[in-house]
Amino acid sequence: MPYIQSNTPYDVCIVGSGAGGGMAAYVLTKAGANVLMLEAGGDWDTVRDGDMLKYNYESPRRGRGTKDRPFGEFDACDGGWNIEGEPYTKVEGTEWDWWRARMVGGRTNHWGRISLRFGPDDFRRKSIDGQGDDWPIGYDDLKPYYDRIDKLIGIFGSVEGVYNEPDGHFMPAPKPRCYEVMVKNGASKLGIPVIPSRLSILTQQLGDRPGCHYCGQCNRGCKTRSNFSTQTVLLPPALATGKLTIVTNAMAREVLTDQEGKASGVSYVNTLTGEEVQVKAKVVVLAASACESARLMMNSKSSRHPNGLSNSSDILGKYLTDSTGGDVMGFFPQLVDSPAHNEDGVGGMHIYIPWWLEKDRSLPFARGYHIETWGGKGMPGYGFGGGIQRTNGKISGDRSRGGGGYGLQLKNDYRRLWGAFIGMSGRGEMIARKENYCEIDPSVVDKYGIPVLRFNVKWSDDELLQMKHFQETGNEIIRSMGGEPLWDIPGKEDNYGITRPGQIIHEVGTTRMGKDPKNSVLNEHCQAHEAANVFVADAGPFVSQAHKNPTWTILALSMRTSEFIVTEVLKRNLAAS
Amino acid sequence: MNRRESLKLMAVASLAAAIPGCTVGKVDEAALKAEHAAANGGLAGYQPTQLSASEYATLGLLVNYIIPADDRSGSATDAAVPLFIDFMMGDAPELQEPVHAGLAWIDETSRQISGVPFAESTTEQHFVLLDQIAFPETASPEVLEGVTFFSALRDLTASGFWSSKMGMTDLNYTGNTPQASWDGCSHDAMAHLGISYDS
Repeated sequence: MPYIQSNTPYDVCIVGSGAGGGMAAYVLTKAGANVLMLEAGGDWDTVRDGDMLKYNYESPRRGRGTKDRPFGEFDACDGGWNIEGEPYTKVEGTEWDWWRARMVGGRTNHWGRISLRFGPDDFRRKSIDGQGDDWPIGYDDLKPYYDRIDKLIGIFGSVEGVYNEPDGHFMPAPKPRCYEVMVKNGASKLGIPVIPSRLSILTQQLGDRPGCHYCGQCNRGCKTRSNFSTQTVLLPPALATGKLTIVTNAMAREVLTDQEGKASGVSYVNTLTGEEVQVKAKVVVLAASACESARLMMNSKSSRHPNGLSNSSDILGKYLTDSTGGDVMGFFPQLVDSPAHNEDGVGGMHIYIPWWLEKDRSLPFARGYHIETWGGKGMPGYGFGGGIQRTNGKISGDRSRGGGGYGLQLKNDYRRLWGAFIGMSGRGEMIARKENYCEIDPSVVDKYGIPVLRFNVKWSDDELLQMKHFQETGNEIIRSMGGEPLWDIPGKEDNYGITRPGQIIHEVGTTRMGKDPKNSVLNEHCQAHEAANVFVADAGPFVSQAHKNPTWTILALSMRTSEFIVTEVLKRNLAAS
Repeated sequence: MNRRESLKLMAVASLAAAIPGCTVGKVDEAALKAEHAAANGGLAGYQPTQLSASEYATLGLLVNYIIPADDRSGSATDAAVPLFIDFMMGDAPELQEPVHAGLAWIDETSRQISGVPFAESTTEQHFVLLDQIAFPETASPEVLEGVTFFSALRDLTASGFWSSKMGMTDLNYTGNTPQASWDGCSHDAMAHLGISYDS
């Protein structure tokens, strides 16, 4: 028999503590609702537990990734592509790499803070190119929420007036680093625009949060709360209301429903004891990540929801997308022997190349991409100077035997080549297609006995040709900057170097919103068509991906959804008693 | 400003003092712990567990040929690189086979050159062997195994040396510290690169 926590229902049970869940908790508790938040991972506090300002030599592995922290041992994300006892499967011949964060704050603890609004065209792509679908809402519906989020959380950037890259309420952007000035000069020569990046990192004090101190380590968890994670901005004020209870190590198993098919609560597994617990709630908000929320709904079967919660359309899990990804890297002779200085800056890029061919209809692919840049003399760690034999043969000195070597000359080569490389990453829009989906694997359960997801995702030519265009453009920018690309453009046989789906960690879709219940899971308020007190507040409701990183739109949608819950559901008492 | 002062500054700058349980005393304690951890690159007290004594001795010779001491800093063994490599072999088991096999290849090839293992042969004989495998573009395909191993060992040595305190000091790495403002690319670096903020 499951343990029933309490007979008094919470007003709202939120599953997940990342961007969507954190915003929902903030809005709902401020409005006076009693909120229970379930987090599958453990307790983690950015101020207490972050590894900011550690030297890599404070650890014997010098920052290298571990099984539980694949992006580096100091990276503030417990979880990764493979979590022991929590498998997922793939249909043969398809790919999906699934990153899961298991900690309070979820992926907002280590994300890149690239905080881009979707533009007006991003909500109506079908009207423009005939592929995918339009959203049931437009930019004007979300603009007020983007505006409020900018002011609540803090973001730097610059007003540029680019139609599909809407400006926000920006703090001053930091000056570009040396290598970023080089990228700007090189790209400008080719007519490619470079603008200051837009990151949710404070360059000025905001409330009790001081401005950035420029250590470049946002991903380790900011101890001064100068960047955005749910822990730095949203959870403290929510907890201060006294209305928020966070239960960690709580793996949601199923949304419980009543005889009318409405949600009555959530059952979860205490991952430390294995005990099953049921909590009652008038409203359930799923914000567990697009795929986890879809999985939870699929696993919530009842006589009223025989195909999973709110899934008579069979759309649940479909239209799954990730951002496309590709990388180029160049060697720059002018950076050899350049004087060292502190190049840390903020924890991310100071410049950004937005998609600049929006109006070009002659391209052999439908959707755009943006370019991110990286380089500089960062803190030496595991991997420093790796593969030097491929480049030190190109610099001055006796190189008659080619690159590599050993001894005094090699030692000096490491110093001379430090920071002589600049890379660029293309991140583009994948078209949402019904054929790309996740579903329940009928033959596999995780260690808690919960059926797992099976993925079925493939790139189409639109994505492949888009990344081919990026590879060609990236190498052109490198040459225009006076550099030399480190590798040839990967050919068709290597899919032009595109990442595997899932690897950019922008899982979007699966519970998409729409006006027609036959081809969507949620309505335009992110409310389940077939269960009026169930909402989704992660990136599951997205109808399309855009080339833009999803977090700012997750936050805007979650704020909008949560206010709808306050005004239309809790106050009107439409919820299950 | 030393590290402990930096951390204190952080505590004040961040209003961390307002966070329950976070006092200047605690910050001091954390800074001391960090200093202990940094001693010997986080390897204080670690004893080799992966490599035999003879492998360890050969590795010490090899890493010092890769990164010897000069007037700016010490050698790879001065920065505890063999200890680092042994630790990494335990931490990342995929490194075990390549390192064991590579060291065995070095000894076997040394025997062909001088009749004795690497550690027992002369400096001149060492150079003969290293010159065969240290330059991938001009190396003979017959020693591909040695070339592959030496490239990997060069990478591991660089990881261990330059990420150590000795390596970072040598490089004049001045980051990882709170800054009152962000001033951008330095004047010297701009002059070197021929760029400016005005262009």
